[in-house]
Amino acid sequence: MKTIPLLAILFLSVGAQADTGKLLLTGGVSSIEGAAGGGLTPWAVIGSNATAGETGGSVYLTHVGTRDYGLNIYGAALGIHDRYELSIAQQDFNTRDTGVALGLPGLHLKQTIVGAKLRVLGDAVLDSDTLLPQVAVGVQYKKLGSTGLDGTLAALGAKRSGVDVYVSATKLFLGQSLLVNGTLRATKANQNGLLGYGATLGGNENRYTLQPEFSIAYLLSKNVAIGAEYRFMRNKLEGAGRAAGLGNGLRSEDWKDIFIAWAPSKNLSLTLAYVDLGVIVPATTGSRKQTGYYLSAQVAF
Amino acid sequence: MNKLLICLALAAGSLLSSAASLAQTAAPSDQLYKAFGEKPGLVALMDDFMVRLLADPRTGPHFQPSNQQRVKEQLVEQLCALSGGPCVYKGADMKSAHANLDIKKSDFHALVEVLQQSMDAKGIPFRKQNEMLALLAPMNRDIITPPESAAKP
Repeated sequence: MKTIPLLAILFLSVGAQADTGKLLLTGGVSSIEGAAGGGLTPWAVIGSNATAGETGGSVYLTHVGTRDYGLNIYGAALGIHDRYELSIAQQDFNTRDTGVALGLPGLHLKQTIVGAKLRVLGDAVLDSDTLLPQVAVGVQYKKLGSTGLDGTLAALGAKRSGVDVYVSATKLFLGQSLLVNGTLRATKANQNGLLGYGATLGGNENRYTLQPEFSIAYLLSKNVAIGAEYRFMRNKLEGAGRAAGLGNGLRSEDWKDIFIAWAPSKNLSLTLAYVDLGVIVPATTGSRKQTGYYLSAQVAF
Repeated sequence: MNKLLICLALAAGSLLSSAASLAQTAAPSDQLYKAFGEKPGLVALMDDFMVRLLADPRTGPHFQPSNQQRVKEQLVEQLCALSGGPCVYKGADMKSAHANLDIKKSDFHALVEVLQQSMDAKGIPFRKQNEMLALLAPMNRDIITPPESAAKP
């Protein structure tokens, strides 16, 4: 956790010298996996304020609090020439009472996500006379830290590392002040990887599945946007859980949110959202929907 | 993996083209022209714009050497025509007008920001600002100097 203030200071001092010129909010905010985008899903935009011929960076802190869980995230992204993006995110998922129920009080699931994104074509903002969106492809390597849950995950046939591949298309309909993003992700991750990747128990098929993700945002002013997101989640762990005699106790559901993002300056953006992550390990949480809040701050140059 | 990527790209593409009806940016009526206060409004806007362009360290050096009065007049004509007003833009096309200038994408973005400041100062509603910007933004292709590395297919 100590690394973040250091990174922030580093970036801020570089930022004071760098002269980067992207338009406000057009670098997106930092998603939970570190890639620039909305809150829950990556977009085709390249993070940071850097536009063509420039290099920039961003750091962020995010907290998500739901009825039974907490999730702290910090990370950073590097944007190069508005074409390449490298990102890293560290997720710390506090299992609270679920950990206790599993005989693992104080269980925190820690996932590291290293991402790369390449803008393939288009300019989401300036190509306002065509329907052509900005399109990017991305890859995310996810690694779950070792915990007391390792044995359970292994028994369910879930690995502790995985790779997601996605393509995103983002279009700002400037005349309408409306931004639309669609992302299609190939993944094996259970609950975004926090419960491992794949789930083979009971002969469960273990192939990649394609999960769509959508965002829509309306620009209220130059520096305020409101919007909503919907992220389809893979639900293969439920089958493995059933084979283990847990019924639908490991079911997962789609993630969604409504958000407001505010950029008080070129270098700072704050995002507040109401999230509904569906059920997460309903076996230990009374099948409660994991609704709650999402709060994120990003510093970018 | 290649096939997968192609499938992904196609799916995302079709998703966005289904939003096609949203992209009707061209406004055939003169509503936008009226929202900008017609000719007197555009003249006042461009007077303010030029003052800010010269004052901003990012854009000032680009406009200092220009014939500022002429640039303002041409901008008024251009915005008038674009927004559905009774004008015909008779100046040079954007490509040849900027051919000898070294203009980066960040310069173009800076200019948009300064224009937003001017439109704010003139009390033009944000939605109307974006309608105008949507008509102006595609000009970036003719205005921004292509990078040397642009010798790609």
